[in-house]
Amino acid sequence: MIYLDNAATTKVAPEVLKEMVSYYEEHYGNPSSIYYFSAACRDAIDNARQKVARAIKARPSEIFFTSGGSEADNWALKGIASALKYKGNHIITTSIEHHAVLNVARFLEGSGFRVTYLPVDKYGMVDPDDIKRAISKDTILISIMYANNEVGTVEPIREIGRIAHENGIYLHTDAVQAAGHIPIDVNEDMIDLLSISAHKFYGPKGIGALYIREGTEIYPLIHGGGQERNRRAGTENVPGIVGMGCAIELALKGFDDENERIIYLRDRMIDKIFSSISGVKLNGHPEKRLPGIINICIDGVSGDTLLLNLDMAGIYASSGSACTSGSLEPSHVLLAMGLTEEEARSSIRFSLGRYNEIEEIYEAVEKLAELVGRLRNS
Amino acid sequence: MEIYLDNSATTRVRNEIINDIVMVITENYGNPSSLHHKGFKAEKILNYSREMIARLLKCSPEEIYFTSGGTESNNLAIRGYLKANRRKGNHIITTAIEHPSVSNTFLDLKKDGYNVDILPVNPMGYVNIDDIKRIITEETALISIMMVNNEIGTIEPIKEISAIAKEKGVALHVDAVQGFGKLDFDVKEYGIDMLSLSGHKIYGLKGSGALYVGRDIKIAPILTGGGQERDIRSGTENMPGIIALGKAAELLFGKIDENARFMYELKKKLVDELKELDGWSINGPGLNEAAPHILNISFSGIRGEVLVHSLEEYGIYVSTGSACSSKHHSESPVLKALGLKPNAIQGAIRISFSIFNTEEEVVKAAEAIKKIVPELRKYTRR
Repeated sequence: MIYLDNAATTKVAPEVLKEMVSYYEEHYGNPSSIYYFSAACRDAIDNARQKVARAIKARPSEIFFTSGGSEADNWALKGIASALKYKGNHIITTSIEHHAVLNVARFLEGSGFRVTYLPVDKYGMVDPDDIKRAISKDTILISIMYANNEVGTVEPIREIGRIAHENGIYLHTDAVQAAGHIPIDVNEDMIDLLSISAHKFYGPKGIGALYIREGTEIYPLIHGGGQERNRRAGTENVPGIVGMGCAIELALKGFDDENERIIYLRDRMIDKIFSSISGVKLNGHPEKRLPGIINICIDGVSGDTLLLNLDMAGIYASSGSACTSGSLEPSHVLLAMGLTEEEARSSIRFSLGRYNEIEEIYEAVEKLAELVGRLRNS
Repeated sequence: MEIYLDNSATTRVRNEIINDIVMVITENYGNPSSLHHKGFKAEKILNYSREMIARLLKCSPEEIYFTSGGTESNNLAIRGYLKANRRKGNHIITTAIEHPSVSNTFLDLKKDGYNVDILPVNPMGYVNIDDIKRIITEETALISIMMVNNEIGTIEPIKEISAIAKEKGVALHVDAVQGFGKLDFDVKEYGIDMLSLSGHKIYGLKGSGALYVGRDIKIAPILTGGGQERDIRSGTENMPGIIALGKAAELLFGKIDENARFMYELKKKLVDELKELDGWSINGPGLNEAAPHILNISFSGIRGEVLVHSLEEYGIYVSTGSACSSKHHSESPVLKALGLKPNAIQGAIRISFSIFNTEEEVVKAAEAIKKIVPELRKYTRR
């Protein structure tokens, strides 16, 4: 089995699992209970909050745990829209966002908001000048992903942050694919809201966080008990939170070395693909990209058929994002980058991670070349 | 030694399911939406858990939607139903003893212009069916009422309420976070349109829950995105939470009555043991009528909070009210709604049982209470 779908989800790190298990069996108290038995849970949550904050250079009081990246994105957009509708009704985003942003934007359009979907260039890059042009006196929020999940292009967030800041507009960034993989500094980047998800950096599924800069006007999405300082109700997912804290700490620990290793694997894979298969094109930005993501278009081959064949050979990759891969629609990201429908349908994504080895990379490409040859001849 | 008698706040994860959780984390870690084999395996786990919950509720698996917990389920049911059924009217009904995830959602909807009616309860915590009949109108869109109250264990007459709701074409949402897995019921026979449940109250994981939505009920999502859970709840599925919920439900199947009898015996034992002590009374519907796992007692002349901390010294964990509000040191709105006097409210503690508690633990807890309460009474200035 060769797992090359780490952008869809990652395997939980063994160190993370070990910490989580004690919160199933030992420290199982409800953090809201007043007795000391639950203090361990409260401490664990505080501790994890500090680790998450440190990873993006935020303050712990600016981190709010959610059930994942989708909830964080929903909260950021709907929460700001509700809180600031008295100021204006215009939101700027891009056409290559994850569906957790795109579908919320569409939903808000249905409730009286105006949304500008910025185009991207052939590399999937947003042009900051387009943002300047799109801003109006009614603009209340700019939501642009830190790095794209399908092609790995890293957006010019710092520049966008400056523009947002100069215009007094909140900037939200969906950093689900970026956090734990590239350095993020919410102050340098002038980010007001940022979504992250643990299962993309070797933490568990079902836990994420929204960074909310102090002083930001935002409305809650889920109402109830007073957890997360009255901003996100619901008994805290303590094992998940602990796992997230541990996972992000691990990711930061060997950050540079690990990134260097993954970039090395990625570049070997790209080289090998280009040397062994003809009619291949790399999608996404050649340099400004995430370490682990390779998205390629293979002429004359259906991506879905190829994936099915790779699957049977025990190699797991994907077309587009996992969340929409059930749909068989061509990727909205690739279409926005100017690929034809046919090119988009011929594209697949390999995403590399911590547990991949160079042998697997070579084996996967060998199998890929063989399958492409067979499919092209059939 | 640790004696955990706060199982309405949360429960310890069952030993039998830890391995399944670990398997989902270490081996079957795929994203259920992925088309490859790893994704397919994850999807199978998802289906399994859905079936196990459906079997316990006696509904079809397609009527179950996974969420991040009871609070999200309640928010989704109430907001999602109203959003999808705007034309049904703007009158909504709930009770004075709901969990904050229902009551605060209703308060928020009031700000949005909904006409909110909050039903009172009698000293036992029951709503009056006639009250509902009286206030229900053509404009009523939704009734939200809990199955089992989390602080006093009152079991509300859901069947009777659903009959009225049905007659008037009003949707019924039931917060069954404290009832699911504790009481044996048939969601169809009860006429429930939407029902919330939570994993960590039935020996599963925190951060997991589900919402039952009857086939003929339309709701809109509150979380949009990748379209998971048939577009009703987006977000990569919390697989460890979901397998734990499924396994926990499987292990409770066919055992609910037996478990209820067991917990009831523990509760009865505790009450018997306390008979030598004076100046205490049970809040809510009393020993026999309340849900088997919840016991709420007021001790005269002491503060519940002090008793909780004193018991803690003995390694015994109970609570004052619901965990979600216990940090805020405010009076329990539930006990207030019963019409209890301030002294009785302040002197209340909740003891809640699990199927893993033992008679020995209960006796020890009673002994500790019998020792502490007179001490506190003696040394507390009034």
